[in-house]
Amino acid sequence: MTSVELSHVTKTYGAAAPSVDDLSLTIEDGEFFTLLGPSGCGKSTTLRMVAGFVAPTSGTIRFGERDVTSAPPYKRDTGMVFQSYALFPHMDVAENVGYGLRMRKVATAERRTRVDEALAVVGLAGYGERRIDQLSGGQQQRVALARALVVQPSVLLLDEPLSNLDAKLRDETRSQIREIQRKAGTTSVYVTHDQAEAMAMSDRIAVMNGGVLHQLGEPREVYRRPATAFVARFIGRSNVLPGVVEGRDGGTAAVRLTDGSLLHAPVAVDGGAGDVAVGDEIALSVRSEAVELLGPAPAAADRAEGTIHARLAMVEFTGSSCMLGLDLLDGADDEAAGQADRRILITIPDTDDLPRTGDVVALRPDPARIWMVAR
Amino acid sequence: MTALPSRLRRRSGLTAADRFVYVLALPLVGILLVYIVFPMIATFVTSTGDDGAAYADFTSGSSGRALVLSVGISVASVLTAGLVGGALAVLLTRFEFPGRAALRVFALLPMALPPLIGAMTFYYLYGASGIVPRLVQETLGIAAGSVAADGVWGVLLVHTMTMYPYFYLSVSAGLAGSDASLEEAAMNLGASRATMWRTVLLPMLTPALVSGALLTFMVSMASFTAPQFYNVNTLTMRIVASKTSGSYELAAAQSTVLSLVSILFLLLMRWYQNRRSTRSASKGTPQALKVVQGALPRTLAAVGSALLVVVLVAPVATILLLSFTVDGTWTVQILPPEYTLENFTTIFTDPRSLRPLLVSSQMSGLAMLASIVVGVLTAWVVARWKGRGAGVLDVMIMLPWALPGTVVGINIVTAFAAPTPFNLGQVFIGSLWILPLAYFIRFVPLVFRNAAASLAQIDPSVEEAAQNLGAGPWRTLRTVTLPLMTRGVLAGALMAFVQGFGEYVASVVVYPARFAPLSVEIYNRQYANELGSAFAYGSLQMLAILVVLIISELLENPRWRRRRSSASPPAVTAVPTQPVTV
Repeated sequence: MTSVELSHVTKTYGAAAPSVDDLSLTIEDGEFFTLLGPSGCGKSTTLRMVAGFVAPTSGTIRFGERDVTSAPPYKRDTGMVFQSYALFPHMDVAENVGYGLRMRKVATAERRTRVDEALAVVGLAGYGERRIDQLSGGQQQRVALARALVVQPSVLLLDEPLSNLDAKLRDETRSQIREIQRKAGTTSVYVTHDQAEAMAMSDRIAVMNGGVLHQLGEPREVYRRPATAFVARFIGRSNVLPGVVEGRDGGTAAVRLTDGSLLHAPVAVDGGAGDVAVGDEIALSVRSEAVELLGPAPAAADRAEGTIHARLAMVEFTGSSCMLGLDLLDGADDEAAGQADRRILITIPDTDDLPRTGDVVALRPDPARIWMVAR
Repeated sequence: MTALPSRLRRRSGLTAADRFVYVLALPLVGILLVYIVFPMIATFVTSTGDDGAAYADFTSGSSGRALVLSVGISVASVLTAGLVGGALAVLLTRFEFPGRAALRVFALLPMALPPLIGAMTFYYLYGASGIVPRLVQETLGIAAGSVAADGVWGVLLVHTMTMYPYFYLSVSAGLAGSDASLEEAAMNLGASRATMWRTVLLPMLTPALVSGALLTFMVSMASFTAPQFYNVNTLTMRIVASKTSGSYELAAAQSTVLSLVSILFLLLMRWYQNRRSTRSASKGTPQALKVVQGALPRTLAAVGSALLVVVLVAPVATILLLSFTVDGTWTVQILPPEYTLENFTTIFTDPRSLRPLLVSSQMSGLAMLASIVVGVLTAWVVARWKGRGAGVLDVMIMLPWALPGTVVGINIVTAFAAPTPFNLGQVFIGSLWILPLAYFIRFVPLVFRNAAASLAQIDPSVEEAAQNLGAGPWRTLRTVTLPLMTRGVLAGALMAFVQGFGEYVASVVVYPARFAPLSVEIYNRQYANELGSAFAYGSLQMLAILVVLIISELLENPRWRRRRSSASPPAVTAVPTQPVTV
């Protein structure tokens, strides 16, 4: 068990923009830590630098007190679960799981016991003599997990381990992995592009984009108080509406959106857009489930403060709820309809008296759940 | 603030794995330099001796004509082999007719023909004193000489019949890979069948046709056995003649010219294979076979297939038949008149007759072992080296594959005649080691190719997993990578072994008098009119090839399914690994 500390880690390939740019973060002992971001954001490169497969261009990596920056992978004592599982096809299940113990010169008898234990932990007791190609994808995934855990690594690294499983199995395996990790208490670094997965499993999440760390925090924190417009868009279903600060009243700011409507948002000194002043160009992040549908809109002149008028463009019925797509009325011609920065998505409970597409309706975002971010 | 110094400290960006690759590359580069690159340079240096008098000779003498003849034969071979191979491929992948199953089996039979004997059998089948022309004369009264394939025509016949598999294999693969829905899409959009072929299928087959053509051209340029039998003065023939008559500078100049042409084609092939991108993007709808309908067409198809099968089987049958002939009895008859088992019993009872077999298998075995070590390690280094060095190493080890055997022979003779710093003071002329060296140089590309192909099948993260679990680079290689490569490497090594076992073209240039290899012995026996004995050796060679082909086939179907890696395969020159017969 150990903590992992990255300090000013940068990885550059040739003349291209850095894959990872000046990344500093500390993963606490026993923590389940997730690197989250779209493909190409640098999360996998970061994980591979922790594992020792990629050497940082600059910066240092420490496991506890030990500087491992230039240590080869086989001397780092990490356990890694690969996206493709990377099981050895010429060995059976027990040989695969026992490989790391063999490298650590564990005696045969003890090795056998520990392999059996590890297989039991992942629910594959008695599978030791199976060949790898006789296993299903989910079973292979669990063999890979057992192989990484049996050596009792100081850090467990998981590189999108669920991405090759189908949806149902993915959810099951996800809670299994978390439970096993919690019992073992191993410091874990998990890489994924699936925000739901990240939120469900992690103690803390680091959201990355373009090689840069955008936000580091607990799942709720990241969801409710996104640090940047990117985080707001990437996590959950969020509307990011550009606007200008028109007034400050204590802890609240009045923000004029591009379509002319005026919303009030809380000012947070320590997150999001930070302390704002009149005239600042910012954006409002509004979660789709935090918008109320008020009904047919009154005349534009009668628009109430705190409401938005929009034209209903599409309705998607998802079972328990409905998702509505509406276009802001900002005077631009209809060709702009459907464009990302004019489209508002809201999620409401299913009802029988939905407005019809083309209707102009009034919406009211919950003022407590509006969050200001930098543009 | 305390972190600032470490941030400013720039690192080399090398991981331990990278360093291991470089350390391993060093001795390999050394070996390839000493045994492959420097001998080529030695030949070039020799050729420029005496102020380039050899090149003046080249342009004024018969060498120029020989070069033109070689190029002409090669172009013609590409056309005829392309026609035969392409037509066979279309017929067998697109049509269902009586005799198709048999044709499919026998279409690849020419690949089992041993190098020297393969060319000889065509001579005794279709040459002026061959079986078919004599039969025609006897039955139809047409003079044998007028229907015989002799001279240039004979060479072309041998080339066509031994090289069409290059086209057959590549076009078949191309056609099988093209998805029926593509053709359906074209016709759905209004293209007639002919237009569809012209606008969709042919462009998709272009890569297959181009690689087939380049390969056939290279092999034709390198061809020596067929020209020797039909006495056609190609450039390879001139090289051996110059060497035999002691004009080393001229031989070197001729070799240099031929090398340049061959290397040009190797590079052309590499370049073409790297840029092509005509791959089917769709999921693959199985291709339906067009069934040949009607009594008359079906009968014609059956008769045609039967005839083709006879033509394809004839060379092999001839080898077997002649191997039972009593030496010196076949003179003017259509078929040999007397048969005996003695040719075979003599080989295994008479030590003098057994010796060539032993020499060849030992020399080839040695070469195979060296090829495995160098070929496998080089394949691994090329696959894992992230820099430009990988491409250079790839070209270096593939060079001998492009070089005609004759040139390889000349290179060795010039480079290892006297001790120099470049050959590390090694002199091989007249020594036991020269044959294994020649076979090693010629066939290490084969092992390398197979090793690289099996390496490309291995998920690279499997090696990372081993390292992550605590295995150092050597241990990873030993416990994970090499075991996974074994089957592919073994198949390649066995193929290299039979090739070396029957190698003639380079052997004839370099062999020491006391150690005549099998192929030279066959040639000498044939020359001494001991046909039966010569072909008995040939039959054994054919048997060896057949066994190896079967074992390779078994090896290619591994017990475990290998996971295809998502990473792109290494930038390795893709070449077929079939034996090059002539």
